[in-house]
Amino acid sequence: MELHELPKPEDLVKDVKYRKLPEKPWMQEPVDFKPGTYNYPALAKNLKKVHMPNPREWHVDQQDWHLPDDWQEIILKGFKDRLEKYRSFRLFMDICVRCGACADKCHFFLGGGDPKNMPVLRAELIRSVYRNDFTTVGRLLGNLAGGRKLTLPVLKEWFYYFFQCSECRRCSVFCPYGIDTAEVTMIGRELLNLVGLNINWVMEPVANCFMTGNHLGIPPHGLVENWEFMQDDIEEITGIKVNLPINKKGAEILFVVPSGDYFADPGSYTFMGYLAVLHEIGLDYTWSTYASEGGNFGLFTSHEMIKRLNAKIYAEAKRLKVKWILGGECGHMWRVIHQYMDTMNGPADFLEEPVSPITGTKFENAKGTKMVHIAEFTSDLIRHGKLNLDPSRNDHIRVTYHDSCNPARAVGLFEEPRDIIRTVCKNFYEMPEDSIREKTYCCAGGAGLGNDENMEMRMRGGLPRANAVRYVRDQRGVNRLLCMCAIDRATLSTMMEYWAPDVSVGGIHELVANALIMKGEKKRTVDFRGEPIPGVEPDEEEE
Amino acid sequence: MNAWYSVFAALFIVLFLTLVSLIGVGPVGAKGIFGIYIPYLAAVVFFVGIVVRIIQWAKVPVPFNICTTGGQGKSLPWIKNDNLDCPHNTWGVIGRMFLEVFLFRSLFRNTKAQLGQGAKLTFASAKWLWLFGILFHYSFLTIVLRHLRFFTEPMPSFVQWISYFDGFFELLLPTVFLTDIVFLLAAGYLFLRRVVIPQIRYLSLPSDYFALFLILAIGISGVLMRQVWKVDLLQVKELALGLASFRPAIPQGIGDIFYIHLFLVCCLAVYFPFSKLMHAPGVFFSPTRNLANNNRMVRHINPWNYPVKVHTYEEYEDEYREKMKAVGLPVDKE
Amino acid sequence: MYNSGKVIIGIIIFLAVFALPIWYNRGAAVVPPKLELPKDEKQCVEATAYMKASHMEMLDTWRNSVVRDGARVYVSTTGKTYNMSLQNTCLACHKTKEKFCDRCHNYLDVAPDCWDCHIAPEVKLTGRTK
Repeated sequence: MELHELPKPEDLVKDVKYRKLPEKPWMQEPVDFKPGTYNYPALAKNLKKVHMPNPREWHVDQQDWHLPDDWQEIILKGFKDRLEKYRSFRLFMDICVRCGACADKCHFFLGGGDPKNMPVLRAELIRSVYRNDFTTVGRLLGNLAGGRKLTLPVLKEWFYYFFQCSECRRCSVFCPYGIDTAEVTMIGRELLNLVGLNINWVMEPVANCFMTGNHLGIPPHGLVENWEFMQDDIEEITGIKVNLPINKKGAEILFVVPSGDYFADPGSYTFMGYLAVLHEIGLDYTWSTYASEGGNFGLFTSHEMIKRLNAKIYAEAKRLKVKWILGGECGHMWRVIHQYMDTMNGPADFLEEPVSPITGTKFENAKGTKMVHIAEFTSDLIRHGKLNLDPSRNDHIRVTYHDSCNPARAVGLFEEPRDIIRTVCKNFYEMPEDSIREKTYCCAGGAGLGNDENMEMRMRGGLPRANAVRYVRDQRGVNRLLCMCAIDRATLSTMMEYWAPDVSVGGIHELVANALIMKGEKKRTVDFRGEPIPGVEPDEEEE
Repeated sequence: MNAWYSVFAALFIVLFLTLVSLIGVGPVGAKGIFGIYIPYLAAVVFFVGIVVRIIQWAKVPVPFNICTTGGQGKSLPWIKNDNLDCPHNTWGVIGRMFLEVFLFRSLFRNTKAQLGQGAKLTFASAKWLWLFGILFHYSFLTIVLRHLRFFTEPMPSFVQWISYFDGFFELLLPTVFLTDIVFLLAAGYLFLRRVVIPQIRYLSLPSDYFALFLILAIGISGVLMRQVWKVDLLQVKELALGLASFRPAIPQGIGDIFYIHLFLVCCLAVYFPFSKLMHAPGVFFSPTRNLANNNRMVRHINPWNYPVKVHTYEEYEDEYREKMKAVGLPVDKE
Repeated sequence: MYNSGKVIIGIIIFLAVFALPIWYNRGAAVVPPKLELPKDEKQCVEATAYMKASHMEMLDTWRNSVVRDGARVYVSTTGKTYNMSLQNTCLACHKTKEKFCDRCHNYLDVAPDCWDCHIAPEVKLTGRTK
């Protein structure tokens, strides 16, 4: 679905009434697969590449999903298995009191009004089966105890709603017991995967990443061309040919970023920003073509897939004999790095505790995993005055900052990016309090949902975020939405086009590079987007 | 399940239970069963049930540290860490859990969203659920502690102090305890919001109403016994102490209302381990709250971590070696 | 079991707190207080069961009647008349409040405010019963 096929923004949500609910009880309301609100199935070839069950051609809107005959058994067995492996899952099945505090915390509910997108009901979809099949009271009383059998309509409902959750964890902040719907969704998707129900926007990046090291399936020689192209762009803007070390053995630091940063605008400006900053400080580092992806769509597939894809980073760090690892501006990547990598693929005892070679700062908080976030790294550089900055070059940009879900609610990374932004840009305005920091709203395109066929749902789910952006646009003249996430940069661009025209989207290191005075640079007349900097005239002689 | 069906099914069960005890001690006269056997049975189910459920949870590993961060994490020395909403050490976790368990910190954050004209979304503070939730739980706790006057001799002084403050205003005779009123009001609010707020009505299950009705019935029968159909407390205490010292005996002449009250309490105790009421011990186990956000500092161990199939660098280079060489990338094998 | 140390400590705390009634009395049999009954009078103002449960309400009614209306005559359900007076009627039979009123009140943590105003016979002012 294309953007122009959607109703006008003000009409999209005019029928949304939070307090108007269907007459029929939710357990009896079958799911309605409306185009624009669901995702296309994974192609068989992608499942085969990563050895996943039941690869076949199937269509969501057709009755027969070509499931294995014993699909119920498979799922219930997988269910039991996970109840015994994840205390989180077991507990979240048991202790919800249905107080409803989470109900209006989900962006998909706020923009769509579908009650099954209230986090509590999303979890009840699976909890009802849990009660029916795994609890004493449920076995005895069935429906009266809130249980229901795992039937095909229930399974279809799971598919629809677990791929309408972007695993942003906002509900978990408000839950009095910390019940995390992302965890429930992750397990729900794992169960769906067991019978071959997955979406292509997740499985294609997974398959590509597994085979070639990045979501887009760019082979090593393609990467080199792509990256050199950006090296040239920087030279055009600054007159400096920056370093581009690739697969360099013995470098001090391995740098891993999400592939979204080199695949398309506006991510590429951030990528150029990294190159400029790391060149200017003379860092001894290297890119890798094998570990050319920080993002990890395994997080949207299964815990096993997280591990399979993430393994490349430590493996490459070991092969290249680096001391530690630096990671780029990405959201869910940082959930994986921060919360899963060391547990799954560690211990990283072949690496050293990270120390900035420029400032000597020890990154104590990363002494186990040995991987540092570029925002931590750069804010440390700024703190020690290692970057020569001219923020006035960003005067034409009035920014606000979108906390991406995972750095906010899984890492707790709030101040570093803000420190950087305040230093490199004079016009920084926060969005309203209920929509930033740990209460930040999702871009509605995370967890594999940022595809075109799901456009209506994305625009609906984007309402809360866009609403806050419109507010600062109208009140403060904001024209740039900054974020530290590759998925954000891709999906928020579309969302701004729809909901808040005149606001562009970009990463933080793009602004750092704009402000960065590089040794021997030529007079800057354009910013890193190649757009003229207002008030700066190109010199006649140089033309 | 239809909302009204849920309400009435739950109400019916609670009324049925009340009737069972009423007939059981009245016409049938089985005071021994309702005064001795059922309370002991309920206590056993309550204790064993809760301990078994806790052990069931504890037997399941916590494979990953999935702390939900609600504030600035610990990072660079000059950046202030919010150790209560994003703890990095045990003290922080203890503080966070304290706020969660005793003050319902997360619920305090609650907001209410409203969608206005022109797709404008606004948020208002919504602390009623927090307020009534906390009133409900604390008055429940106070009431339970006050009941210790029947189970202890001599009575600990804190029990006397609680009763003294709880009856401070000396309203009516016998003095009405403030927590009794607050308790009924708060439980009533929790019920009303379930039927009045459409979203909550839509998602509520019979078990949600059942727990509330049962608790309300206990409260109402207790207040009726204290204020209207009074019973001989000397004998009530004799029964309670008899049960507690395993010398159970049924004193003659305690009014039937007492047995109804007692039976409903027993029902709650039996229901507790099998229901959502397990949120009480459960909150201590919640991995998004009880773990420190020190993931990159300290390695969290997953006991079932197993090797997985990966695509190795060797396989990768084998596939692309010639092309890598062509663009000048170093290769491991020539 | 994982985190068994913390879990076991938690279970012990739970059991210890909730089993307070059991360990607090150490299984000792508590003899309920014996109230000293009048030797020469068998029948109270009303039936014993009623007096046990509702004496506080009767005394309250008496107080209001005497203080507000000056009416001092109480006719019981059996038709007998009594002078509405705590000191002259009740305590005429129940001679010592310590051996009658207080024993039960203390046992059940009841703190009536009768003695804020009244002075019990044979005893100097003691304030509340506790």
